[in-house]
Amino acid sequence: MKPMKKSLLTAAVATAFAVSGAQAAGISDDKVKIGVLADMGGVYSDICGKGCVTAVEMAVEDFGGTVLGKPIEIVSADDQNKADIGSAKVREWVESEGVDAVNGLVASSVTGAVTKVLTDNKKIALISTSASHAFTTKACSPYNAHWTYNVVALANGTVKPMLDAGKKKWFFITADYAFGHALEKVATGVINSNGGEVVGAVRAPLGTTDFSSYVLQAQSSGADVVALANAGADFVNSLKTAAEFGLTETADVAGLLVFTHNAKALDPNIAGGMKLTTGFYWDMDDETRAWSKRFKERHGTIPAMGQAGAYSMTMHYLNAIKEAGTDDADAVMAVMKKNKPNDFFARNAELRADGRMVHDMYQVRIKKADERSNEDDIFAIEQVIPGDVAFGPMMDQCNFTAKK
Amino acid sequence: MKISKSAVALVALGLVAPFVLYPVFVMKVLCFALFACAFNLLLGYVGLLSFGHAAFLGTGGYITGYMMMEAGLTPELGILCGTGAAAALGAVYGKLAVKREGIYFAMVTLALAQLAFFVYLQAPFTGGEDGMQGVPRGHLFGLIDLSDNMNMYYFVFAIFLFGFWVVNRTIHSPFGQILKAIRENEPRAISLGYNVNDYKWAAFVISSALAGLAGSTKTLVFQLASLTDAHWHMSGEVVLMTLLGGMGTIFGPIVGAGAVVTIQNYLSGGELGNYIHIIMGLIFVICVLAFRSGIVGEFQKFMKKNFS
Amino acid sequence: MATFLGINLFGLFGQLLVGLINGSFYALLSLGLAIIFGLLKIINFAQGALYMLGAFFAWMALNYMGINYWAALLFVPLAVGFLGILMERFLLRPIANEDHLYSLLLTFGLALILQGAFTHLYGSSGLSYAIPEQLKGGNRLPFMYLPNYRAWIILASIVVCAGTWYMIEKTKLGAYLRAGTENPQLMQAFGINVPLIVTLTFGFGVGLAGFAGVMAAPVYSVSPDMGSNMLIVVFAIVVIGGMGSIGGAILTGLGMGVVEGLTKYFYPEASTTVIFAVMVIVLLTKPAGLFGKEA
Repeated sequence: MKPMKKSLLTAAVATAFAVSGAQAAGISDDKVKIGVLADMGGVYSDICGKGCVTAVEMAVEDFGGTVLGKPIEIVSADDQNKADIGSAKVREWVESEGVDAVNGLVASSVTGAVTKVLTDNKKIALISTSASHAFTTKACSPYNAHWTYNVVALANGTVKPMLDAGKKKWFFITADYAFGHALEKVATGVINSNGGEVVGAVRAPLGTTDFSSYVLQAQSSGADVVALANAGADFVNSLKTAAEFGLTETADVAGLLVFTHNAKALDPNIAGGMKLTTGFYWDMDDETRAWSKRFKERHGTIPAMGQAGAYSMTMHYLNAIKEAGTDDADAVMAVMKKNKPNDFFARNAELRADGRMVHDMYQVRIKKADERSNEDDIFAIEQVIPGDVAFGPMMDQCNFTAKK
Repeated sequence: MKISKSAVALVALGLVAPFVLYPVFVMKVLCFALFACAFNLLLGYVGLLSFGHAAFLGTGGYITGYMMMEAGLTPELGILCGTGAAAALGAVYGKLAVKREGIYFAMVTLALAQLAFFVYLQAPFTGGEDGMQGVPRGHLFGLIDLSDNMNMYYFVFAIFLFGFWVVNRTIHSPFGQILKAIRENEPRAISLGYNVNDYKWAAFVISSALAGLAGSTKTLVFQLASLTDAHWHMSGEVVLMTLLGGMGTIFGPIVGAGAVVTIQNYLSGGELGNYIHIIMGLIFVICVLAFRSGIVGEFQKFMKKNFS
Repeated sequence: MATFLGINLFGLFGQLLVGLINGSFYALLSLGLAIIFGLLKIINFAQGALYMLGAFFAWMALNYMGINYWAALLFVPLAVGFLGILMERFLLRPIANEDHLYSLLLTFGLALILQGAFTHLYGSSGLSYAIPEQLKGGNRLPFMYLPNYRAWIILASIVVCAGTWYMIEKTKLGAYLRAGTENPQLMQAFGINVPLIVTLTFGFGVGLAGFAGVMAAPVYSVSPDMGSNMLIVVFAIVVIGGMGSIGGAILTGLGMGVVEGLTKYFYPEASTTVIFAVMVIVLLTKPAGLFGKEA
């Protein structure tokens, strides 16, 4: 069964090549234009924002500034975390400015709207920081490449080791919007299929200032683990409150989505020891340190995982254009999926047919105050989670290469 | 006479605009201009500051989106449904709100709009924070393909002109004269035997229906209905547009909406993105301190002083 | 565990107490708004931004100048109050005779500027401010663990609110204040400097927001949008209490904290909306608010 599927796949790729190669060789309107869309000034600006623009600029410079003899241009815009603003901007980019691919992409709501516009126009979405797994499952598209991480990897990476360690009763404090719901649902699936039990959940409105009420409810549930299915300021606030009310002493608190700068902003006495999953950490080895040093010199902070991802996928995209000899989306995507990305960010990596970039994820522990040697010394890597374990199998209906 | 000349200029401008500017951008301006005109009908001509008009914009958008996606209606019927739903909501909210005046009116409308926002946040059909995505533009009367930007543009422009005409017709009708009388001297209007609250209510319903029309059209243009349109920040934004353009003037809201949308568009793309709040705030402060009649109002004053 | 009708009573007590703590913040903020509106008829939409400013000032004082929490509790409200005085003198006074709508719009604009400026300077992910050493730890009550700092919030807020209420309603100074704003010409004729009273009152009301900001810094994340989240809720509270009623604002603030706390227990998704539902009901049955006088 398996070899046959594989040969079918290769054949499909070959046909796709032949067709698109014949149709649209060369670079459309004599340039390759990459748009970077992200929240530039709002709650998610630190995890992508201008840093993603910097990362893409670095990639283009490292690539040499031109591909197939044509210039590579970058435009960027602020989506303010609003789906309508983001999709309108991207529509304008593809309809009147000749943008070939959109990088960045943070809030899942914006990404959902933007990928629809891009798919309609046959342009590529390079998703760096969105968490939802929808873009490679129920809302999958042959033009999506989802790079850094997703909720499935977070749940598998963080939840499963804790279950294995005997923490069976779980309580969720969930951000009451699509991302939080998805994270809770996926994590609940992991818990139930590994002999655990969810004893309760509360849904806190996005941007809740005071979590004490929810922390009390978690406390009285008798759970072993209180999982925080939220992000950004919600995560920081809920964790601080949990520590204040002594919840961290009676139960484990697990942050399901924690970015380096969130961990950095927290008091090491509160956050120290917490385990979490990340797609990248700057201080992992010489390669990551070298790139991160360059990034910090330009941007002022260490890179967040989505910013490193933005660089990695820009490189992979540009290399694919070079090999395909065209910026036609179908041809480029076929090469991107054929060649394995391999750089300081993408380890043991592959861009699957469904658009999911599967790579090594890392379970890390937030360092305590006395373990830290400088302000950027935040995580200690506990274990490497192989990509296929973290991201799980692909859905058949999203296997675009096979369908063609 | 002057009005009709300006109106001709407006129509001419609208007809050529999509050849000069990016059509979707102009459509966005038109949607917000209609929204601001609807709002101005209440603030500028009845003297009622509604701080909850986003509820009607959002309702129009969501209902149109739902009808087109789930019931498969054609665009004109979808818009009709959205507008009707906004008018119905306006009828209920208006009934409750017009009993109050001044700041209380503003706060009641804000509170009611927050309730509507909550429903849209929680109801499954709206898609919550994700919004309602992928609304088809469809074929107008089942014939004209609106996915073509030019077709869509002239459809939106026609809707805008219709809305603008309704506002003007209302202002210049005997009904509009009574509204103005209420604004200037409410006790006197009451003593003349007018049932003031009924008039205010009727104006409120017209205004909310037109706000709903703007929301419905916007959903079609962007193929998306989202919580942004129902959020109280949107209610604040329409106040800014009206104030900047000149409240109580016919063309003020259009100019104001054009200016605000242009500024936002310009800022979101450039290096100044971070300053968007600061610049919007400065506009508010400068408008209030230095030119309260807005762009159009100041311009009219200037013309009167120098040319008549 | 004690239960009643299937409800965990201990859990419920905990929620009530936590509600009261949040209510303390609401009371402080709505008190400031009520004073400014009740005495000056200015609708200060910047109150939330000034609360944010208070929290940031406390953070800056600690990190740049080494000024600790207790000193900040005294100095920051004065600094924020001083800014308020400048605001009143140079921005609000020129439009004092216009429609109240304009003061609302002006302060709304100021709030946007402040929020934008701090987002630009400090980003939006929030800064953390440690709980002062003396108030760390807590006590285990029969039904919950009460952190000392939370107990301190209730205590400090009640003292400040009660003191302010007493000063305005029961002292001679308060009487001048009320008379000066009710009939400025007459008071001016008596030789009282009414514009000065107005300026100082505004400064005081705004200073309360600064005070609340310092109180909030250790428990909430210090972030540019902390004020705008709070603002419309606090506005609703002032309206429910009856605009301009000082005591009404304090009691409603505490009460709404409790109502919100209960909602978080039974239907958390609605916790940010319940106050508006109450507001609609109150305004339709008691137009001037719970404690307001019918105009």
